[in-house]
Amino acid sequence: MNIIICLKQILDPEIPVRDFRIGPDKREAVRGNANLVTNIFCENALETALQLRERTGGKITALAFGAESAEDTLRKALAMKADEAVLVLNDGHPHPDPFTVAQVLAAAVRKIGACDLVMTGRESGDWGSGQTGGLIAEELGLPCISFVDHIEARGEGTDASLFVKRQTDNGWELLNAQPPLVVTITNNEFNVPRIPKTRDIMISARQPITKWTLEEIGVNAAEVRAGQSYYEVVDLAIPAKDVACQFVSGDTLEQKVENLAQRVIEVTRSL
Amino acid sequence: MNDVAICLFAESGYDRAAQGVIGAGRRLAGTLGGRLHAITIGTHNPELNVRIAAVADSVISADQVELAEYQPELCLDALAQLCGELAPKAVLLSNDTYSQELAPRLAHKLGGSAVGDGIELIAQDGAIRVKRSVYGGKAVATIELKRSPAVIWLRARAFEADSAGSASVATVRQTRLNLPSGDRTRIIERKAESTGEARLEDARVIISGGRGLGGPEAFKDLQELAGLVGAQVAASRAACDSGWYPPSWQVGQTGKKVAPGLYLAVAIRGASQHMAGISDAKVIAAINIDPDAPIFKHCQFGIVEDYKKVIPLLREKLAALQK
Ligand SMILES: Cc1cc2nc3c(=O)[nH]c(=O)nc-3n(C[C@H](O)[C@H](O)[C@H](O)COP(=O)(O)OP(=O)(O)OC[C@H]3O[C@@H](n4cnc5c(N)ncnc54)[C@H](O)[C@@H]3O)c2cc1C
Repeated sequence: MNIIICLKQILDPEIPVRDFRIGPDKREAVRGNANLVTNIFCENALETALQLRERTGGKITALAFGAESAEDTLRKALAMKADEAVLVLNDGHPHPDPFTVAQVLAAAVRKIGACDLVMTGRESGDWGSGQTGGLIAEELGLPCISFVDHIEARGEGTDASLFVKRQTDNGWELLNAQPPLVVTITNNEFNVPRIPKTRDIMISARQPITKWTLEEIGVNAAEVRAGQSYYEVVDLAIPAKDVACQFVSGDTLEQKVENLAQRVIEVTRSL
Repeated sequence: MNDVAICLFAESGYDRAAQGVIGAGRRLAGTLGGRLHAITIGTHNPELNVRIAAVADSVISADQVELAEYQPELCLDALAQLCGELAPKAVLLSNDTYSQELAPRLAHKLGGSAVGDGIELIAQDGAIRVKRSVYGGKAVATIELKRSPAVIWLRARAFEADSAGSASVATVRQTRLNLPSGDRTRIIERKAESTGEARLEDARVIISGGRGLGGPEAFKDLQELAGLVGAQVAASRAACDSGWYPPSWQVGQTGKKVAPGLYLAVAIRGASQHMAGISDAKVIAAINIDPDAPIFKHCQFGIVEDYKKVIPLLREKLAALQK
């Protein structure tokens, strides 16, 4: 099984609200002191891929489209034991729209070659468009299954068949699929990303990363650099929403909880 | 064309989400000066179609054997054919699993652009703009769609239902689409974990547990508490990732978007991604040991205390008060 997994480097989504700032052009967030990290759902996807490889063998290629700094995301993927890494350098718009991203990733997938499974996270922790996987599938003419949290493979070669479990609004579904296809990954208790071993981190620092320019993957580089042919962010604002919390009063814990219970009942009776 | 098409899954019925999509579609069609077409996918649902016919200008019921149960590739094909014929300026969907799965691909097939989780639609000077929350709920972006049709999935419950209705009742047209067989993916098993219970999205009261609970046992205590006030129990991502509660009950940006009258967060920090799921809750309350937990910035009332001490007492007091 040849797996290509798409990884996105983003601004640490767990920074506290009070540290979050927007740039003067009102189009994107200011990095400030925040770290750049790999989008969590991409890591859930890599973890899912690693477990699949442990059961069925195969090769995992980590693919990123981003600035030079995205090398860190690929090194971490290598440290987690992805086999190879490819970076398509983004020297254009820092937050290209999802169609632009999908076009680039699909072109890179084609250039990488033999591939049974393309995996992405269900959405990213920054812009969270939730479209990359679906649009890659369309660009490549492949089927797509979203919100997947587990994959099993049975059979080999042309008989290979995938059993894909995915989350739905009220439970889950099991799908049978013939590769090649695209899946987008969501989190569950079994694909929490592994912590790479120190030794593997050291090895990954020396591993080669293939780097391609936009010109090398055969896309319309000018359009990709502009990054807004699909949609454009015209404003970004921080919603003002601070509520003053009333802490329940009372001299003893019992009194406080009594008051808490009163408030709860008050609200539920008013519904 | 300035028409608007809405796509709904018959299976979900005429729920709050469907009402939000229909309302949003009616108003957008009004602003654009176009007609409102409704497409319902799946086994004919008379109640849904009758309700929609009272609001939309035309109703297309895509009710044929191949579509009786959702299959991603077949439904996508059906929607692409129907929307392709209607050539609308905008296509609106809800934010259920299936709609989210199909919307970007539908946009691609139609040569349009998609944007999701919209909380507001703005039609101005021929352009369609959508507001949505980004950066894990820390900011709201306004996004202009550059291609037509604009395919938008909505945070459906955030939109008002239609109040005016249309002048005449639309007829419901049944389709006979030519759909390819031998699709490369097939749903072979479906499991509903929340059968027989009210849906989290429609719950009036939710008691939700986080990582601070320390293990799955505490969720049993929350369930007991929930029983006393007719609440549903939910969880944060950290609690679901720990395997303490099933993922279908995860609340947040990437879980359920809920709108209860009361949301009681127990040992949940209040990360922006969690809060993104409860922005439509009327009253938020919290039990947290840390007075500086961000959750208190969103709460009407709360208590700073170890949940282990609070829950047994709270159960006692609520039981007494409910008598
Ligand atoms: C892209 C992305 C999407 C995400 N989507 C979601 C989502 O949909 N839903 C979601 O919930 N999260 C989501 N997250 C994760 C989110 O950022 C937080 O990590 C998560 O919500 C934290 O869960 P928590 O509050 O339960 O745990 P923690 O952050 O560990 O907080 C535990 C809280 O419990 C309190 N506590 C500890 N012990 C006690 C005690 N004895 N009594 C009372 N209180 C106690 C602590 O003070 C603390 O406030 C997402 C993150 C990303 C990056």
